[in-house]
Amino acid sequence: MDELALTLIELGAVVFCLGLLARLAGRIGMSPIPLYLVGGLFFGAGGLMKLEGIQSFAHLSGEIGVILLLLMLGLEYSAPELVTGMRRSWQGGVLDLVLNFLPGAALALMLGWGGVGAMVMGGVTYISSSGIAAKVITDLGRIGNRETPVVLSILVFEDLTMAIYLPILTATLAGISFLEGMLTVAISLAVVTVVLAVALRHGHHVSKAVHSENSEVFLLNLLGAALLVAGLAAALQVSAAVGAFMLGIAISGATADSATRILEPLRDLFAAIFFVAFGLNTDPTSIPPVLGWALVLAVVTTATKVVTGVWAAWRAGIARPGRFRAGAALIARGEFSIVIAGLAVASGAVSGELAALATAYVLIMAILGPLGARYVEPVLKKFSRPATPEAVRA
Amino acid sequence: MNVEETDLPGLGRRKDFMTASGRRIGVVELREGQTELFVSTWDDPDTCQASIPLTGDEAATLGNLLGGQHLAMKLTEAHKEVPGIVTRQFSITADSPFQNQPMGKACIRTRCGVSIVAIMREGEVVPSPGPDVVLHTGDLLVAVGTQEGLDTAADILRNG
Repeated sequence: MDELALTLIELGAVVFCLGLLARLAGRIGMSPIPLYLVGGLFFGAGGLMKLEGIQSFAHLSGEIGVILLLLMLGLEYSAPELVTGMRRSWQGGVLDLVLNFLPGAALALMLGWGGVGAMVMGGVTYISSSGIAAKVITDLGRIGNRETPVVLSILVFEDLTMAIYLPILTATLAGISFLEGMLTVAISLAVVTVVLAVALRHGHHVSKAVHSENSEVFLLNLLGAALLVAGLAAALQVSAAVGAFMLGIAISGATADSATRILEPLRDLFAAIFFVAFGLNTDPTSIPPVLGWALVLAVVTTATKVVTGVWAAWRAGIARPGRFRAGAALIARGEFSIVIAGLAVASGAVSGELAALATAYVLIMAILGPLGARYVEPVLKKFSRPATPEAVRA
Repeated sequence: MNVEETDLPGLGRRKDFMTASGRRIGVVELREGQTELFVSTWDDPDTCQASIPLTGDEAATLGNLLGGQHLAMKLTEAHKEVPGIVTRQFSITADSPFQNQPMGKACIRTRCGVSIVAIMREGEVVPSPGPDVVLHTGDLLVAVGTQEGLDTAADILRNG
């Protein structure tokens, strides 16, 4: 069989399987991300079936998937929302960073993966999945709940932290010197500040530049701008993903809404391929040895996220059940943990074990997160039963 | 009434207030233009017992129903001293002969002595509408007149 035919057949089979997996995920009401990862493990190096033909395509598509994930994350928030969110929740955000970065970083140091490994694993355990959290909030009818703005502001804080963290990570992974690293961080901080300032005052100009009534022109403008900005950011060592995120923030208002609508199917496709590509590069036989550590990490970081949510909601004057709902909504880790691990693996600066641990960890947390959010209330009621009947009657 | 407004980054904007009965009630205006109506449970005002997605039309209709009732109650109160005067609401349905027509065409005041004192439209009040105001489907007319006059007016609005 000639090479093109083989590639097309493999790609078709993979995308078709992803469709089946996404349908299965929808049927049982879970996030499709863990299933995509498992799909990738299945087809990748050391898996049941090895697909050679689509490696290079999967690699580039995965990169585009990351850019689209971050671009759409930026589109979701307007600059004023980011600034007010930051102001409202910075204490909770800092607590979140400290409590959830440390477990991952500490485990990486314990396993002897060094400073770079600690930097990566800290990021993996820190960042909640805003995609899963938003879906859980909508699905469980909690949009009108009082703790919801608390949860959302913490997610906003995390996403802004990513804009600073990713360039630092990129610099660390590239193994550049301390001075050069500081320079990169300074550049990225300056870029973030400038983009926020521009987006606050002149966001409509950026929106105008890419906007078009014709959806074909609009799509090409958007995609072109995103890849260009991402490429330029990568050339400056600021991380392609952050460039796309910043472009997303600068685009606002009605343009952002229609951009979200038009990019959604593309994002879904390329992000799915990104998760598969990550799985493809992870050897499934390397997972069992790290599974124990993944479980320990899962237990610890579930607790730390719950503590974060409980504290932030308590400060916002939310009653006890609401505090735990806020904590549970933050448990899920997903797309961005994989983005971080993916960057690390692609750079070759970390061991294969780290990829295996990150995969196992995200698999657990992406499944555990929605379950925790759903069952936190009944569990809480069970534990506080003796007090409830009187309280209810009173 | 103290309406609290809260930003929901990435989702939209929440507007709510506490009712006298101790429930929090409000709407979330979602980015995509839909509205989510919610009511808190009675034992935990932080959480929602029901969260109901409404289309733009549905939200406007609900607004008319609630606002119209309020307006009618106020008018009834005002006309209590005048015996024989009643307030009633008429909605303009899709099959009304006067939809998309100026209100003056129905000649309600001339034919039955009934005054249209306000129109509820998309949750807003159009006070003392003139004969040039064009009626739309979903409008709620607040009318004042005698019992018989209002019966005739209802018939006119339905059948022309």
